[in-house]
Amino acid sequence: MRQAALGELEQTANQQQLDELRVKYLGKKGALTEILRGMGALSAEERPVIGQVANEVRAAIEGVISAKQEEYRKAETANKLRAETIDVTLPGRPVPLGSVHPLNKVIQEVEDIFIGMGYQVAEGPEVEQDYYNFEALNLPKNHPARDMQDSFYITEEILMRTHTSPVQVRTMERMKGEVPVKIICPGKVYRRDDDDATHSHVFTQIEGLVIDRGIRMSDLKGTLLQFVREMFGQETKIRMRPSFFPFTEPSAEVDVTCMMCGGSGCRTCKQSGWLEILGSGMVHPRVLEMSGYDPNIYSGFAFGMGVERIAMLKYGIDDIRHFYMNDLRFLRQFARV
Amino acid sequence: MKVSLKWLSDYVDVSGVAAEDLAERITRSGIEVDSVEERNQGVSGVVVGHVVSREQHPDADKLSVCKVDVGSGKLLQIVCGAKNVAAGQKVPVALVGANLPDGLKIKRAKLRGVESQGMICSARELGLNDRLLPKELQEGILVLPEDAAVGTDVVALLALDDQVLEFDLTPNRSDCLSMLGAAYEVAAILSRGVKLPEPGELPSTGSGRAADQVRVGITATEQCSHYAARLIEGVRIAPSPLWLQNRLMAAGVRPINNIVDITNFVMLEYGQPLHAFDADRIRGGRIDVRLAQAGERIQTLDDVERTLAPDMLVIADGERAVAIAGVMGGAATEVTAGTTRILLESARFDGGSVRKTSRRLGLRSEASLRFEKQVDAQAVIPALERAAALMCAIAGGRAADGIVEAKVGEPAPLTVNLTLARINGHLGTDLSAAEVRAIFERLHFRCELVGADGFAVHVPSRRGDITRDVDLIEEIARLYGYDNIPTSLMSGVTTPGSLTREQAVRRAIRNLLSLSGLQETTTYSFTHPSQIAEYPGLYGEARPIGLAMPMSEERSVLRTSLIPHLLDTAAYNRNRNVDDVLVFELGRVFLSDEAQPTKLPDEHWHLAVLLTGKKHSAHWSGKAEAVDFYDAKGILDKICTYLGVTDAKYTPIQPAGLHPGRSAEVAIGGGAGAGSERLGWIGQLHPALAEAKDLDATYVLEIDLGVLIRHADFHIGYRALPRYPAISRDLAVVVGRDAAVGDLLAKIKETGGDLLESVQVFDLYTGEHVGAGNKSVAFSLVYRHEGRTLTDEEVSKAHEAIVQALATTFGAQLRA
Repeated sequence: MRQAALGELEQTANQQQLDELRVKYLGKKGALTEILRGMGALSAEERPVIGQVANEVRAAIEGVISAKQEEYRKAETANKLRAETIDVTLPGRPVPLGSVHPLNKVIQEVEDIFIGMGYQVAEGPEVEQDYYNFEALNLPKNHPARDMQDSFYITEEILMRTHTSPVQVRTMERMKGEVPVKIICPGKVYRRDDDDATHSHVFTQIEGLVIDRGIRMSDLKGTLLQFVREMFGQETKIRMRPSFFPFTEPSAEVDVTCMMCGGSGCRTCKQSGWLEILGSGMVHPRVLEMSGYDPNIYSGFAFGMGVERIAMLKYGIDDIRHFYMNDLRFLRQFARV
Repeated sequence: MKVSLKWLSDYVDVSGVAAEDLAERITRSGIEVDSVEERNQGVSGVVVGHVVSREQHPDADKLSVCKVDVGSGKLLQIVCGAKNVAAGQKVPVALVGANLPDGLKIKRAKLRGVESQGMICSARELGLNDRLLPKELQEGILVLPEDAAVGTDVVALLALDDQVLEFDLTPNRSDCLSMLGAAYEVAAILSRGVKLPEPGELPSTGSGRAADQVRVGITATEQCSHYAARLIEGVRIAPSPLWLQNRLMAAGVRPINNIVDITNFVMLEYGQPLHAFDADRIRGGRIDVRLAQAGERIQTLDDVERTLAPDMLVIADGERAVAIAGVMGGAATEVTAGTTRILLESARFDGGSVRKTSRRLGLRSEASLRFEKQVDAQAVIPALERAAALMCAIAGGRAADGIVEAKVGEPAPLTVNLTLARINGHLGTDLSAAEVRAIFERLHFRCELVGADGFAVHVPSRRGDITRDVDLIEEIARLYGYDNIPTSLMSGVTTPGSLTREQAVRRAIRNLLSLSGLQETTTYSFTHPSQIAEYPGLYGEARPIGLAMPMSEERSVLRTSLIPHLLDTAAYNRNRNVDDVLVFELGRVFLSDEAQPTKLPDEHWHLAVLLTGKKHSAHWSGKAEAVDFYDAKGILDKICTYLGVTDAKYTPIQPAGLHPGRSAEVAIGGGAGAGSERLGWIGQLHPALAEAKDLDATYVLEIDLGVLIRHADFHIGYRALPRYPAISRDLAVVVGRDAAVGDLLAKIKETGGDLLESVQVFDLYTGEHVGAGNKSVAFSLVYRHEGRTLTDEEVSKAHEAIVQALATTFGAQLRA
């Protein structure tokens, strides 16, 4: 029987045939079961001998069956998985991704650098009083630099701010002579310019202000160097040129090594190796006085930059109007870290 | 300001420094040099020739055949096409082998069969700016003065061996609107001396004192502090000598005649504008500096009749205004060909007054430009004397004795004190007293030592920009070199850097929405009044604030909503075949309850979202669905969840600009009822408006971030995870179509009480199975008790109560 059973099991091709053989030999009416059931008729001497043989046969059959079963299960799983094959090259289902506006990307980056250097971010109104926009910044009423033609006035005394400097004045007023003042002020500003590739009647500035005892021009230089290195790379150098702003004295334009060519000269920097990106200077004593700081005790520096200019340089954008036209084909390019 | 190096070297030695290097050093010291212009554009081999004869070309009507003496001992035959060529003239002759600008090389040639041994040149052919020449010299050949020596190199004769630096001056450096100012600057940079012009002799008329022939008075003492004049007689009006014309042309000024040229020359030299009147046309023998009378008229030198306002300063004679002070002279007293007596004016007018007048009249001149920036009080007389001497020397004049003048006070000389400690403390430098002193010497500022480390600096009147110690510190810094200032980092207390809560929330929302697939936009703050009318936004009653002088109607008022420009953005993109527009903007709107604001308007930070088109691009796995109201609402839900706001309440409204059946006002705070505040609104753009802008169904929302932040919950408190099992039950009810699901949800929550952990709407059905006018809403409810396992009976009881409540309140039927 053992040989017959093993021979038959050898021939099985699937689970069903295996099940049939299991019933045939090991089932309730199976051949082996019949033998075991007939044991009672055997003598006491024969019984253990036959019993042992029967158990051995049973174990052998069961062993083969379970081996076969395992084999069929694996094959079945393999078949099932094969049937589930997909095309991994089909495009993934989109998880929508938009973008932060490039100007805000730059603002956030600049903010984070200065926050890391211990600055607070300060803001103020875009519609401003003449006093904060001009007078308190050492631009009295008849000053040539504050032409009605250059600003959007609403009334004689109220206008769209032409720079973010009034935020500095408001902050100094609020601080009531306390030091240190360490702020940067991002925001929109307005000037009467016809919009073209390099001009916009609204644009974005970030200005910074530090006031404390013993602030020196060398601190301004060191601060800006630290900033431009973080913003444009550790190799960046700065160069200062004397300039004029009514609210700083001494005043300086700040050039950085051209980020396009690294300073060797290219079209962007007009072969000079330098790009002008910041205006800066030591806060004018008149400005300190008007905002309640004694210039004999306190000094400070201020600086400012155009966000559009930095974004244009950073991303290679050639027309300032792109920032305000909101062409999605433009904006989508900034959906990146 | 155009600074000719040849001219400049009259006052300061610029030898040994290449023009480009000098320009760079000037720029690095504070005055930006925009360009260095080589006056010689490539001319060589061009000499002065004398046209001995001119004959008609035998075969060409328009050509002349000239015999020209160029000093070579042999007459050259030159064919010339210019109409104005004539025998007897001195002309520039480009010899064979000569070079002209643009790489032109002169060769022996035959013109219509006649040999030409060179070329007679026009001004343009010599690379001159012929706009600065009289008309007749622009068209034909350049006719040189009779006394030009034959054979002289034209480059030397016309002073073309020169470079011109263009100074781009900041408003504080108006001292360099003069050659002498430029000379002081260059002298300081190069550490060299300055040589002032010698006024020269003034031959007397012998006819007595000028003061006896003309009187001068200042009535408008606030607008004029000094008026000085000289009377020059016997002048002969003629073209200026070539050296003077060359100087003016190098400076970009057009030569006119000797008298006018001298006033311009001295203005450029000293920065002091001068004016020459024809003294014979001054009536009443007097000059009065006064304000104009209302409606007073004057014809200015540009032949325009102008009406003056009573705050404009004029120069008047005994009868009428003869000049607009500091701006432009009058035609009636203009110097003309027949003028022989000159009243020469040198005065100091108030900058603000000149500026206002020139703006109002739309009339700007080289004179007004300088007066506006305040001229040097100490230059008034030297400039007058210099010009008077030149008029005598060049135009054959003689001066009546003495200066006639009127003066209001005298500006006090300025001495500014500062200390070495202050200088080094301000700059972070380690300069010695000797170094500082050397810099003041280079600037030609007289300075005395005061005590151990102090300086008393006498500021020259030409440097009106220097009034206090920091101004001197800047002078020191720029001449010491900004590059030599060290770099340091501030000492002192460390401060924590941070964003305010509002700033942090704006940033969080910006990042949340952009990472959710929306593009951030930035639009203009100015808008068209009609945009506000068609889309009043949240503030129906708010009056938009108008600009006093808008650049266009399109941008004439401040926005009160962000939506109109987002609609423009959608339309702009749609015109470029970008139909799916999912955008947002964070920006300010401006609100005032006054038509003419007397105080600053309220500026509110708003968030606006606009959705139109498809949710995402087409994908193989299914159709791209169009956005709808609930996409917009989902965005707002997400923002509220992110900010811990859980009680947003939506109330249907019908505002202008939105679909009357698909719009809601959103309120938050104060639970469901009192104490809540309007956050904003959400809705579908009114189809008529969408159609007008050629947009598909468009959904918008706009909220006030200030309100959102006021009600936000920034506290995250951990709640223990549940220890007892939950029991879920579904509930489907049929209600009238108008019943608001939000109300049903509120009722369910209210009735379910503490046992009801959550409820979700999972199905909505309208159709034949529930009868016309009805809808079926299916809810999934989860019950749980925090402290024990709920029994089936408890849950059934609670669930039944909810069914009852819905039945009572909404007539809801359990769906079979």
